[in-house]
Amino acid sequence: MKLTLKIWRQKSLKEKGRFETYKVEANPHMSFLEMLDVLNEELIAKKEEPVVFEHDCREGICGTCSMVINGEPHGPMGGTTACQLHMRHFKDGETIVIEPFRASAFPVMKDLAVDRSALDRIIQAGGYISVSTGAAQDANAVPIDKDTAGHSFDAAACIGCGACVAACPNASAMLFVSAKVSHLALLPQGKVEAKRRAQAMVKQMDLEGFGMCSNITACEAECPKGISVENIARLNREYLSSALGSETVA
Amino acid sequence: MSWFSDFLTSSIGRKVVMSLTGLFLILFLLVHLAGNLQLLPFLAHDPAGDPGKAFNLYSKFMTSNPLIKTVSYLLYASILIHAIQGWLLWSKNRKARGNQGYAVKVNKVVGTNSFAASNMGWLGTIIFIFLAIHMYQFWLQMKLGHLPMAYYDGVEVKNLYSIVAEAYESLGYVIFYVVSMVVIAYHLNHGFQSAFQTLGINHHKYTPFIKWVGKAYSILVPLGFAIIPIYMYFFM
Repeated sequence: MKLTLKIWRQKSLKEKGRFETYKVEANPHMSFLEMLDVLNEELIAKKEEPVVFEHDCREGICGTCSMVINGEPHGPMGGTTACQLHMRHFKDGETIVIEPFRASAFPVMKDLAVDRSALDRIIQAGGYISVSTGAAQDANAVPIDKDTAGHSFDAAACIGCGACVAACPNASAMLFVSAKVSHLALLPQGKVEAKRRAQAMVKQMDLEGFGMCSNITACEAECPKGISVENIARLNREYLSSALGSETVA
Repeated sequence: MSWFSDFLTSSIGRKVVMSLTGLFLILFLLVHLAGNLQLLPFLAHDPAGDPGKAFNLYSKFMTSNPLIKTVSYLLYASILIHAIQGWLLWSKNRKARGNQGYAVKVNKVVGTNSFAASNMGWLGTIIFIFLAIHMYQFWLQMKLGHLPMAYYDGVEVKNLYSIVAEAYESLGYVIFYVVSMVVIAYHLNHGFQSAFQTLGINHHKYTPFIKWVGKAYSILVPLGFAIIPIYMYFFM
């Protein structure tokens, strides 16, 4: 299949970027990233700069690939990362527009690669359990009902790719933060620090310059892992109860 | 007080302020509509008499009852806080989004109106302009203006009905009013359910009900407001 690609090229953080148009011939069985590999091979053969894009596992579980394909983070397929998106979902002769994730908190480093370390700093602020949880428990030693475990697991499916931020008209990271807070707050080991965690992670999120949630739900619509905005409501509850109910005053 | 100011200036705290003031304004709209419906002669329980009597007596009650006067200050504060906080959020969110937009725009959402959800700032600004005109025209005249007087059973009452009826004689004003109601309908369509989500109220048992009520409310209440000038323009 013959494709026309309009790709955002930007030399560095400081320089202005612009769209460049490329022609590429792809196999419908290729993944989107393999199609970009083909383009890059051709560019290298022509002694041109290859297109920089981030990727790692190419199995849809690491959250490294990050690009906006035809206006949608990770492309038009629901519940799919860019690396798991296959060319058979595009038409022969189609023009595909590829842009980096856009947000003030995600500065473009080069071409399609953006700096998402803001999300790492939010995790560093509280997205962990520091209390001693002992050695590995026997199965069923920690009582937890199935629905709660299920909600926690659904939230834990977040791969931290930042598509929610890229999709949100406000560039809000609330879906990401809410998934991390929900994942831990629902489980007995995570509950211990739930109040402090919600406070610390939201504070860091605000410091990083992410926008505020207007419940537009574009994040859920574009999330490759189908994280629900129900988690945002849970984060709001956690935050409200910790702001009003935690022992620490300041 | 530092924990409290931290809370109020956090992203979630700011949204909670939007949500609570918004819900209060939503409730107020229903009370306002109940009053306005008395402009319609077939609802005013005095079909034979003065068409403005029910509305004027109601206006007198609303501006003199101490409980309602107290609540009215809460209302003015809510309008201002909701508007100022809304603009603050809007400008912070635009800054967070950055200058470089997407070349291809897609507006996929889940369970809300994508146009309303992504244009709350614009819709709110139009509503604010409408409110400024609306309050100058009626509220300020009732408070400070020299309105003609009406007499009911020997009691002197400001004839607010006369300036309302006069305004609704202009087709241009009726169109402006109806368009403003459409804008409010869109703002409510997203705002109603969004207020609950912000407060953390989201559950598969009752959220579908909240969304249903929100949709019905956002259509019926602005429609109720809009029918009055349309009816008065064409039939009175």
